[in-house]
This record gives sequence, C-alpha cells and structure tokens, in this order.
Amino acid sequence: MSTTTHQWPLWEVFVRSKNGLAHKHVGSLHAPDSEMALKNARDVYTRRSEGISIWVVPSAAITASSPDEKDPLFAPSDDKVYRHPTFYDIPDEVGHM
Amino acid sequence: MGETHSLEDRFQAFVEAENKVEPKHWMPDGYRKTLVRQISQHAHSEIVGMLPEANWITRAPSLRAKLILLAKVQDEAGHGLYLYSAAETLGTSRDQMIDDLHSGKAKYSSIFNYPTLTWADMGAIGWLVDGAAIANQVMLCRTSYGPYSRAMVRICKEESFHQRQGFEIMMHLAKGTPEQKAMAQDALNRWWWPSIMMFGPSDDQSPNSAQSMKWRIKRKSNDELRQEFIDKTVPQAEFIGLTIPDPDLRWNEETGHYDFGTINWTEFFDVIAGNGPCNAERLAARQKAHDEGAWVREAAAAYAAKQASRSARSPAQTHAA
Amino acid sequence: MTFRMKWDTCDPKTAYVLHLADDALILGQRLSAWCGHGPILEQDIALTNVALDLIGLARQYYGYAAELIGDGCTENDLAFFRDSRAFTNHLLCEQPNGHWGDTLARQFFFDTFHFFQLEALQQSSDERLRHIAAKAIKETSYHAQFSAEWIIRMGDGTEESRSKITQSLRHFAPFALELFIPAQVDAAAHDLGFGPDVSVLESDWKEKIQSILTIATLSPLEWGFPKKGGKSGVHSEHHGYILAEMQSLARAYPDATW
Repeated sequence: MSTTTHQWPLWEVFVRSKNGLAHKHVGSLHAPDSEMALKNARDVYTRRSEGISIWVVPSAAITASSPDEKDPLFAPSDDKVYRHPTFYDIPDEVGHM
Repeated sequence: MGETHSLEDRFQAFVEAENKVEPKHWMPDGYRKTLVRQISQHAHSEIVGMLPEANWITRAPSLRAKLILLAKVQDEAGHGLYLYSAAETLGTSRDQMIDDLHSGKAKYSSIFNYPTLTWADMGAIGWLVDGAAIANQVMLCRTSYGPYSRAMVRICKEESFHQRQGFEIMMHLAKGTPEQKAMAQDALNRWWWPSIMMFGPSDDQSPNSAQSMKWRIKRKSNDELRQEFIDKTVPQAEFIGLTIPDPDLRWNEETGHYDFGTINWTEFFDVIAGNGPCNAERLAARQKAHDEGAWVREAAAAYAAKQASRSARSPAQTHAA
Repeated sequence: MTFRMKWDTCDPKTAYVLHLADDALILGQRLSAWCGHGPILEQDIALTNVALDLIGLARQYYGYAAELIGDGCTENDLAFFRDSRAFTNHLLCEQPNGHWGDTLARQFFFDTFHFFQLEALQQSSDERLRHIAAKAIKETSYHAQFSAEWIIRMGDGTEESRSKITQSLRHFAPFALELFIPAQVDAAAHDLGFGPDVSVLESDWKEKIQSILTIATLSPLEWGFPKKGGKSGVHSEHHGYILAEMQSLARAYPDATW
C-alpha cells in the first residue's frame, strides 16, 4: 500500500532574503530532483518573492552535529549517527500514550 | 538503567526551564511518539481542511473572492507541508504519515467532516474554524519541540490574515441583502457548535493531556482554550448583528467569562469515529488524489534516476530545461 | 447589477482585451479545480500558484476592459454576467483537466504560446497592455518552464508516463493550432497595432515545443486538423458547464455585492 519505492527524496531548504546576510534553514520538502526542489521551494517557502536566494540540499547529504557533552540532553550511550531523516524505528503504540 | 532515569529527569528539567528540544537531543520515547502523532495529525488537518473550502473556489461570486479563497487554501497546503516537515525530523516519513491517514490510523480535526453548503460557509470557516485554530496555534508557538514551535510561528503569521478575511465575509453578508444576511446566520448556526467542539473534550477526559502539559508540548488546557475562543468571538458576532445559536450563552459578571450551553459530545465522538457527514468523502478524495498521482510520482522518480546515472557516466552532460 | 453589455457591440480594443482576459480566466478556472487533488502536496501548491497568476492576470485585463467600457462596468460584470457566446477564449483553455498529463500538456501548449504572446504585447501600441505584459511575462516564463519540465519527466520517465503524455499531447495538438489562426478579434487588434499577428508566432512556438519533446525523448507531433471557434465565441460543449458553475452564485444574487 505504501509507495516508499517511489518516494521522492527529502530536501532541506535554505533561504536568504533580499537584504539578508546568510541563508537560513526554513524547512524541508519532497521533490524528485534538484530542479523541481528549487521550484517547489520557491513556491512554498518564499511565495515567489523577488531577489531571494534559495539552496536545496538532499537531507541525506546533511550531517548534523550532536549536542556537546555539556548539554543536559547529551546521551553518551547513543552513538547512532543521526542523519536527517533518521531511520529510527518507532514501534506501534501499545494502549494509549 | 540508572543512566536512563537521570536522562528522564534531565529532560524534564530541560523543558521546565523553557528550553527547546531539537532533533538530535535525547528524548523519551513517549515524547517522540506523542509528537509524531500530534504533529502529523495537525498536518493531516491542514490538508483535509483544504477540501471543504476548495469546494467553493470554482463558484466564488467575485474574482477577488476567488483569488483570496484560492490563496487561502494554498496557504493551508503550505502549512501542512511545514508540519509534515517538522514531523519528519522525528523519524517518521511522509509516505508513512499519508498511509496512516488513509488507513484511518491517524486522525484529523473533526471539523472538516462537515459539508460546505453556501458561500457564507467560507466566512464562517475563516472566522470560527481558523479563529479556534489560532487559539491553539498561538499556544503551540511556545511548545517545547523546536521544529514544531518554529513551524507554528510561521503558520500563525499567515493564519490571522485568514481569520480576518472570514470575518470580513460574514460582516459584509450580515450588512448585505436579506438573503445574504440569512445565509450568514444559517452558516453560523451550522458551524458554531462544531467549532467549539474542535478544542476537544475537557482535559479530565483526555488521558494524554496531563503528560503533554508536563512535557510542555501543550501549554493550555482544552477548556481554557475553548473559553478564550468563546470570550473573543461572542462580541464579534454581536458587532455584526448575528446571533450565536446557544440559548444558554450569557456573560458571567463574577467570572468575567461567558457561560455557555452543554456541548453534545456524542456528536463529536460519532464524527471522530468516522460517522460524520463527510468523513468518507474526505478520505476518498485524499485516497483518490494519491492513487491517481502514483504514475506521476513514479515518472518523476524514474526520470531522476535516469538523470543521476547519466551524469554519473558523463558528468558534463545534463540537459538545460 | 447596474451594467449589461451587448456582446457584439464592443470596439476592437475592448474586444481584444476581453479575449486576453477570457483566456486567463477560463484556464485559471480549470487549474483551480486541482486545488486539494494534486499528485503530491508540493505540486498541488505549484499548480495552484499558476492558477493564482492566471486569475490575477485576468483581473488586470478585465479591469482594463471595464474602464474602456465605462458606465460603472466592473470586472465582475464581465466575468460573471456574459454568456458563453460572448467569451472569446481559445478552445484549448476550456478543455477538461483530465489527468496530470492532460493538464500539463494543455499548459505546455498554452504557456509556451503565452510567453511569445506577452513578448509581442510588450511592443503593443497600447500603453496599458505593454505594462500588463511586462509584469506578466516573468510569471509566464516560469509557468512555461514548469510545464516543459513536466513534459520531460513524463516523456522520459516510465513506459506508462510516456504512453500517457504521448496521448495527451496528441489529443490537445489540434486545439493548440487555434492559437495561431487569426480570428476577427485578434486580426483586428493586429491591424490596429494592439496585438501581434499570431500566425507569425507559430514557427518559434513549434520550434520550442519540438525542442522540449526531443529532450523528453518523444517523437515529433502530428498536429492533426485544427479545432477552432473559441475566439469567435463558438465554444466546445464544455464551456457552458464551466460558466454554469463559475457564474451561478453571482447570477443568483445579481444585486448583491460580495
């Protein structure tokens, strides 16, 4: 039933506004390729304003840093490389959550 | 297991200090699961919510109204996208979330199972449904999960515009011809109770609420939000000369709030269970769009794969569209 | 509703502006029906943006036509109170959406023409038309790129998509030919300097279409026998239903404002 075999990959979108200094991460979207990703990003995240620079990057190409050791939620036992999207398996809920 | 115990405590202290939880932070399993469910259902609500309003785009009575409605429904699509995007940071996938919606495993807001019968419904939905959503959404801007809170900030900016447009439609109708005024009153009559049901039952009936409040996912109770909405909306109805269909509605000087009549929770639970006027139609429309779009998605994916292997073979050759 | 217009008493300029408006409105109306039903959310948003652009453009043109007519005429009078025989949109614009391939094939033909038309309108003897065209051409070039990219993905995608898009293109080809056959409304506009000789646009258009088909690995099109009449107010049977849906509420309360 699921169409994962035809899933369009996830892209992260970064936008620098007309007078902005740097690209900011604004969200993600699914697109089949970079050209469509760029067009869709323009439609969704900029509502087609002028003078905007957009970067789209496959989410799988992004490596994110872990919280450092001093962070209260740093979990030293968790040595999974967290890529976005993660392949974290969430089992079905048992009863109510 | 001593380690896990102290992580839970640290997590609790972290959220109580109003910090934002980010995708790479450790989080309790229950926190992650609750958020996946809540954010994805919120996203589904935006997407399914497009349908009752999209119903009137082709019949809008003026060009400006057509444009505004089309833009509003498109905004809702965008909101759904921001929310799916936030949910995906927690490890679920768009495909999984869509499957859960279509299978009935995931829910969406009950309000969208009601039919839109007249143009005045466009006003009522903007005014009441978006109005109710705003109360919830402003609260969620302070939710503890970073990506969700940031999505909500973006959504809230766009949402207030929608509510104003809805109210303006109602106001204009109420001041219009006798038929238009009757149309507006009729829409209010049909949409009032479902709108206040949107906030859900009292929290003492919602087992999830207490934990959600503890984790700072939820910041206000259902009853608080509902009261806030009613207090804000009653004067608006009075201002435009429409009557809220609740004979028990009255201002309570002592409490500083409006008292209101008993909500028919049976109707709410019937609709949630799939027996509302339009549940089947809404899901069928979504399923149909998904099924009929399969060949399109496959085509684009196939093309992308071909392009990738072409550029792997000869990096210089990519077409210019 | 204070204004009623006789459909056959327009001066050539007003008639031409209405023709431009009608194309944008009817096509925008068709596209808006996709809202909430696209193959994936991102594409739903993209196609709806095209609809928004077209309806916005229609408003520009209807607004201008209303000014030319005067007498309190409004854009809504023109969009909601003219009958089918008064509309001079191309037949292509009113054809049904069908599936995604059909819609994008229709767009591909029209958007590509639209680009060349607006390019020519930037040289119109009419200042307002020059201004409207200058603003619209950026969006239209974007629409044309979007449609072309979809033709490529469907043509060079799967066997199923190739088969479907081939059929769609073949189906709409005869309707596309009307774009380049002058009728009274656009021939008169050309004679007076407002608009282009559309027959002259055909070769550039066909070249562009063909170049995209080649990239899409699709065979050259056989154009078939032209379908025409839309520009003369002689529409297909679809047109009446489009107007019935679009105009019904406005016409039910002719004295109301919304």
